[in-house]
Amino acid sequence: MITTHILIIGAGPTGLFTVFEAGLLKLRCHLIDALPQPGGQCSEIYPKKPIYDIPAYPEILAGDLTDKLMEQIKQFEPGFTLGERADTIEKQEDGSFVVTTNKGTQHKAPIVAIAGGLGSFEPRKPPIPNIASFEDKGVEYMIREPELYRDKDVVIAGGGDSALDWSIFLTDVAKSVTLVHRRNEFRGALDSVDRVQELKNEGKINLITPAEVKGIVGKNHVEGVIISKKDEEDYTLKTDHFIPLFGLAPKLGPIANWGLEIEKNAIKVNNALDYQTNIPGIYAIGDVNTYPGKLKLILCGFHEATLMCQSAFQRIFPDKKYVMKYTTVGGVDGFDGTRKEAPKAVVKKIE
Amino acid sequence: MEQDVTLKITDRDGVLHEVKAPTDMAMNLMEVVRSYELAPEGTIGVCGGMAMCASCQCYVKSDHELPEIGMDEDMMLAEAFHVQENSRLGCQIQITPEMNGLEVELAPES
Repeated sequence: MITTHILIIGAGPTGLFTVFEAGLLKLRCHLIDALPQPGGQCSEIYPKKPIYDIPAYPEILAGDLTDKLMEQIKQFEPGFTLGERADTIEKQEDGSFVVTTNKGTQHKAPIVAIAGGLGSFEPRKPPIPNIASFEDKGVEYMIREPELYRDKDVVIAGGGDSALDWSIFLTDVAKSVTLVHRRNEFRGALDSVDRVQELKNEGKINLITPAEVKGIVGKNHVEGVIISKKDEEDYTLKTDHFIPLFGLAPKLGPIANWGLEIEKNAIKVNNALDYQTNIPGIYAIGDVNTYPGKLKLILCGFHEATLMCQSAFQRIFPDKKYVMKYTTVGGVDGFDGTRKEAPKAVVKKIE
Repeated sequence: MEQDVTLKITDRDGVLHEVKAPTDMAMNLMEVVRSYELAPEGTIGVCGGMAMCASCQCYVKSDHELPEIGMDEDMMLAEAFHVQENSRLGCQIQITPEMNGLEVELAPES
């Protein structure tokens, strides 16, 4: 069981900055994120795109913002559970919470801060009517264990980096690899596109474009997919696996069932005070919350995180006296023993 | 206001809305849909208008001349679901005076 003061759901910019504000109050944080890397949307959707409204940064790339935040919170030694989705929450007798992920990792903390953005990123599933009944029976939306495809016939659908990269990778593992895409053009990295072209020329990748997988056939397991190609009659292609790789989309997911008040796909919070939800001890900050006048901006998330940490401190240490101190005055004492502080004034006599 | 244009937007439940949209606020079609709350928050404009999620996909029903499909939009539509010949991403369609009377239907959520 992982224990901490503040358990943060979501490692986007708001969640990361929470670690800093909590650290100033000597509170430790642990973050859970469904994505394999920190940064949330900034890393997953638009790492190379500029942001212009981060105070004091006339322009900063979303990926660089993530890197800077990671640097800023380093001395507060945050813990991370990445690639796992927070699934359930249970209130304990002592008032704390236990949050369990889809992989069974358990976390215990007196405070839970949901900084989940638009939700956890889930694979986008193509609208094929019977696809759900083949999930984990030959249909996989992400490749976890490449060995599963050893000496099998595999059909991959999609036109982005993951479709290209996995097609390339699986040529060495699978019996056959077929890549189906709706266009002749691919938007992946140029190297990958060239490599797929080579493998196609060598007969190692069967490329079907422009085409779409319209259906799945099989009894208890995928036995084939129905390929629909423009101006041709649909046909069935024999395969053991069908892997649709159409990227990720955020879904609010299990958090919606935690008993929190939800409005417009967001969690209602008390913005007059501390961004607490209807469940005391659970806060929601950043894009995931809503209140009158809410703006989904990173800079608003930073503000919300700051106020939330003050409230969290009072909940954890109700009897401790505390007044907010400027970092310029108090410096920054890391949990790793480092200290940052303003240089002392130099006094020298003039003779 | 004179600068307003009228748009006919069919929502995901098939309900037709006739709405006014300003041409002087640098708004795009996705933002107009959001401003009138014709689709629930969180189900449209998820990426904020970067042509990177296709949650604002719509079908253009009238024969208005629209800005050409850019590279980003084209590549996103190549991977989106429920795509038809007349599919566009609402976030890539800026509201201009020429769009008066434009008719669109929101594509299903996916």
